[in-house]
Amino acid sequence: MTALTISRHGGTAVLTLDLPGEPVNKLNAAVKADFETALAELRGDAMVRALVIISGKPDTFIAGADIEEFTRLSTQEEFTRLSREGQEMLQRLDDFPKPVVCAIHGACLGGGFELALACDWRIATDHPKTQLGLPEVQLGLLPGAGGCQRLPLLIGLSAALGIIMPGKTESGSKAFRLGMVDELVPKSILLDTALKAADRLAGLVGAELQLRPLPARPPKTGLMGAIFDRTRPGRRFVYWKARKDTLAKTGGHYPAPLAALEAVRAGLEQGGPAGYAVEHRLFGELAATDVSRKLIGIFFATTALKKDDGLPPGVTAKPRAIERLGVIGSGFMGAGIAGTAVSSAGVDVRLKDTELSRIGKGLKAATDILSGRLKRRRITRFEFERLAALLSGGTDSASFARADLVIEAVFEDLEVKRAVLAETEAVTRPETIFATNTSTIPIAEIAAQASRPDRVLGMHFFSPVDRMPLLEIIPTGKTSPETIATAVHFGRRMGKTVIVVRDHPGFWVNRILMPYLNEAGYALAEGVPMEVLDRVMTRFGFPVGPVTLLDEVGLDVGAKAAGVMHAAFGDRLKPSPLIGRMLEDKRFGRKNGRGFYLYPKGKKAGPDETVYDLLGVRPLAPADTTIIEQRLVYSMLNEAAMAADEGVVRSPRDGDVGAIFGIGYPPFRGGPLRYIDDLGAAKVVEVLRDLERRHGSRFTPAPSLVGRAEQTVRFYP
Amino acid sequence: MTPPRRPAVVTGLRTPFARSGTIFRDVTAVQLARRVTQELLERTALDGREVSEVAFGQVVPSVLAPNVAREVSLLPQLPRTVPAFSVNRACASAGQAISYAADQITLGHADVVLAGGVESLSDIPILHSRRFSQILVDASKAKTLGQRLATFARVRPRDFIPVSPAIAEPSTGESMGQSAEKMAKENGITREAQDRLAMMSHHRAAAATASGRLQEEIAPWFGGRGMDQVATTDNIIRGDTSLEALAKLRPVFDKRYGSVTAGNASSLTDGAAVVLMMEEQKARSLGYRPLAVVRSYAVAAVDPGWQLLMGPAYAVPKALDRAGLAWKDIGLVEIHEAFASQVLSNAQAWASKEWAAKLGRSAPVGEVDWEITNVHGGSIAIGHPFGATGARLVTTLANEMSRRDVQFGLISICAQGGMGFAMILERV
Repeated sequence: MTALTISRHGGTAVLTLDLPGEPVNKLNAAVKADFETALAELRGDAMVRALVIISGKPDTFIAGADIEEFTRLSTQEEFTRLSREGQEMLQRLDDFPKPVVCAIHGACLGGGFELALACDWRIATDHPKTQLGLPEVQLGLLPGAGGCQRLPLLIGLSAALGIIMPGKTESGSKAFRLGMVDELVPKSILLDTALKAADRLAGLVGAELQLRPLPARPPKTGLMGAIFDRTRPGRRFVYWKARKDTLAKTGGHYPAPLAALEAVRAGLEQGGPAGYAVEHRLFGELAATDVSRKLIGIFFATTALKKDDGLPPGVTAKPRAIERLGVIGSGFMGAGIAGTAVSSAGVDVRLKDTELSRIGKGLKAATDILSGRLKRRRITRFEFERLAALLSGGTDSASFARADLVIEAVFEDLEVKRAVLAETEAVTRPETIFATNTSTIPIAEIAAQASRPDRVLGMHFFSPVDRMPLLEIIPTGKTSPETIATAVHFGRRMGKTVIVVRDHPGFWVNRILMPYLNEAGYALAEGVPMEVLDRVMTRFGFPVGPVTLLDEVGLDVGAKAAGVMHAAFGDRLKPSPLIGRMLEDKRFGRKNGRGFYLYPKGKKAGPDETVYDLLGVRPLAPADTTIIEQRLVYSMLNEAAMAADEGVVRSPRDGDVGAIFGIGYPPFRGGPLRYIDDLGAAKVVEVLRDLERRHGSRFTPAPSLVGRAEQTVRFYP
Repeated sequence: MTPPRRPAVVTGLRTPFARSGTIFRDVTAVQLARRVTQELLERTALDGREVSEVAFGQVVPSVLAPNVAREVSLLPQLPRTVPAFSVNRACASAGQAISYAADQITLGHADVVLAGGVESLSDIPILHSRRFSQILVDASKAKTLGQRLATFARVRPRDFIPVSPAIAEPSTGESMGQSAEKMAKENGITREAQDRLAMMSHHRAAAATASGRLQEEIAPWFGGRGMDQVATTDNIIRGDTSLEALAKLRPVFDKRYGSVTAGNASSLTDGAAVVLMMEEQKARSLGYRPLAVVRSYAVAAVDPGWQLLMGPAYAVPKALDRAGLAWKDIGLVEIHEAFASQVLSNAQAWASKEWAAKLGRSAPVGEVDWEITNVHGGSIAIGHPFGATGARLVTTLANEMSRRDVQFGLISICAQGGMGFAMILERV
């Protein structure tokens, strides 16, 4: 055995799992073999009356199955067998004739939680690092080692579906309330409590233990639980509702939640063996789907990105510690950056602006991010008070004297930004980093007159900052490796997925987004109804359609960016004239309640039909929307291929992750570059040529894409 | 040879001072104290790890956070290991916190101390009557429902009348205002003299607000639901007040023969103030330019049954003696104005030969020169949050000494319980 060690505490054997050479424990073949060996050895050992399973890692129990192993399997049969073997192993643990206590501190997820479910008694710590749940569905899978069977029996149908179908994880205290664990204790007494529980359960020997009714405590589901979980018609309603809600949310693109529902249902309605059979069969089917492969691919990509220091190959630098952050400009962006930095990174933040009332509003908006976390119980009232006291603001620069990083989010104007940079350099220390949050101005131009250009870079956040997961970091040719590494590291502390991109107009995300939005504008100007455009793209898998997105982003912001891109790239990125007309009519989008859609009382309602009069068209829904979808999607694919081959992103991985987290590109399609690979560059070029014939030169395939088509060169190996 | 350790005033800051029940109505004293200290730390860009200790004055503490200083020292800008205590020397509480800081620095126990004070009279504990409290305590100890019901059966309607803290002497029952009234009568301080002082206080404070001088010492308060109602000035100051307007006010404590009115007394005020104290060389090594050092201080007390607010008449000569200075050496004076009659009574004593004889001095302590006294107004106009006033006086005096390049400055504070506090700052 390499991962498991057995130690004796009186009549209890403590199995400590500590996977060598790995930061976290995962269930791989070796670990499973160790468990089988240990169980076989202890089964007949008369000196051992009970077992305790605990982790030797500081903050993980078992993070889940080893996903890398999945990539070595390919056929449905192989996956089905993997699932069945997992079920069988955990069944042997469940059937173990001596009581097994599971002592959980840290992440206890997926297969790790399924293992815990097969034990007789679960104790979790109340530590914030302790998270329990079944996130399999997020990878397009289902809990395939009995999780769909044991969890509903333990905590009731509704609560179990609430965990399994969205692939949710819960804190120790929430898990305790739900009945997922039997006890909740401080970390310091975890092992002690587990040993006591083992002693107590060991009193119930042999048959008594087998007979001990599971769950140990009846699920606390209350009256509603009694009606919906324990009557057949009630359950039928729960299944129907769960299916309906999931379809509404996934648009039918993701089969995993429904498959998990099926596995749960089979177990509850047809009994254990049928449930297990459906569970491993569906696991096999799901694992072999393209959707799951794509989601797992993204999982690996984001995991790899978390370890990426953002530096070119062969260059190393240590990130500097950021303790104090200055934010210039207390508008929506600045306040969002300030609030997110405080809430996620816990740094001291000073907001600077020219007017106190603006600062006050900014402080309020930043504090609201904390209030939101308090309301969702992510932080306690005390943590809220502590974090809120990290926020302050003023019109002076004195407090930037000790700032490690200053991020400006002032008006998008080169001269203004240069002035802000100069003022900041005058009051900060030589090592202070200056980051500019711009979406349209080249960073090198802002940094052109900097006295310390090695300390200047771009940090392009997306709005709303606290909710948008992506951050683009843009070094100039003069930015030092240490500055890049520091910004990447800090961006990650702010909870962002960080990609380092080249200082090209539009960087990555806006670059590939712009032709797509322009194309929506052209289609709209031709009379394609806005709701049709939006529906086509949400059907493709985007969370919102292009017209809604324009309203959300703001038409003025969009128009400004479009103008910059047009100037930089010529007629390929020439915006449709419609936005100009919208702006003349003082339509700025959702923010002033006047956009493409109607916003009575600030809530989005139907399309504003007067827009068509403004554009001088009559809306006419096309019979076939395929061509609409092609126009929008391929305009983005073409630009993505071009930008990627220009080296705007450092790898296809960064490009796809950026598209998914930056603009909600459908994750199950793996990102635009992966999608090109899947379709084949030749096919993409063919469609683009066809679009070019119909709609003009903006669809001319990128030369590099044509090259890829001719030589069948993929983005991914 | 290393120079002696001298306690330096680096800078000070306060919240706007506001009439109780106005802009800080929904704000706790803890919030006021934390906000002003946070802002001071931000403005000075001081590394919290340098701070040795926090001391805050508060006269009416909250039952929920009785040690307000500790709540301040738990600001996230400071390490959680910075010790803190709160102190109550009545209206001289912040002065006491500052003199404690000075002592610790001189002794070498501390290099950097945050010393200040706070008061919220919008956030005061309202107590139950002694009897009702006893019933509640008994009920909490009751073991059965029957016992508990029996305990509650003792409740009478009068028990529901709440008891709020009074500004009265526990030893004599005499309120502060009654004392001021008594002092006016016994010392022959006229209504007109009191009103004149009050008017000067308002006019000077208004001018210092108009010029922006006072705002330099004020941390903006972001109030309102949207945090966009920003207060940068005090709200009690009445620049348009006149002798005629003040003369129209009716005496509060002796309606027939009295002279103390709401106009010539300080108001109930909410606010906080904090001073950054450092050992002089330490301040310089951290890149700060100290405004002044504490040269001496003194406290004194009189029999509360006599003239309650005469403490400064004793404390000031004591502080001068300790500093080895005479009144004529003092170039700027800040006298806390609890009541105009009290200020004028103290001034009268300092100038009088009889008082000097009583103190065993050959000559009077000195004559107040109003040109150099309370140059930007006093507590009557600016307000008087009990626990915070001392820190306001130190900050304003130190800043003004620096502006005018004055060598020595004096602070005088009268306090409840018959106490007096005086401190002398020296320009460095």
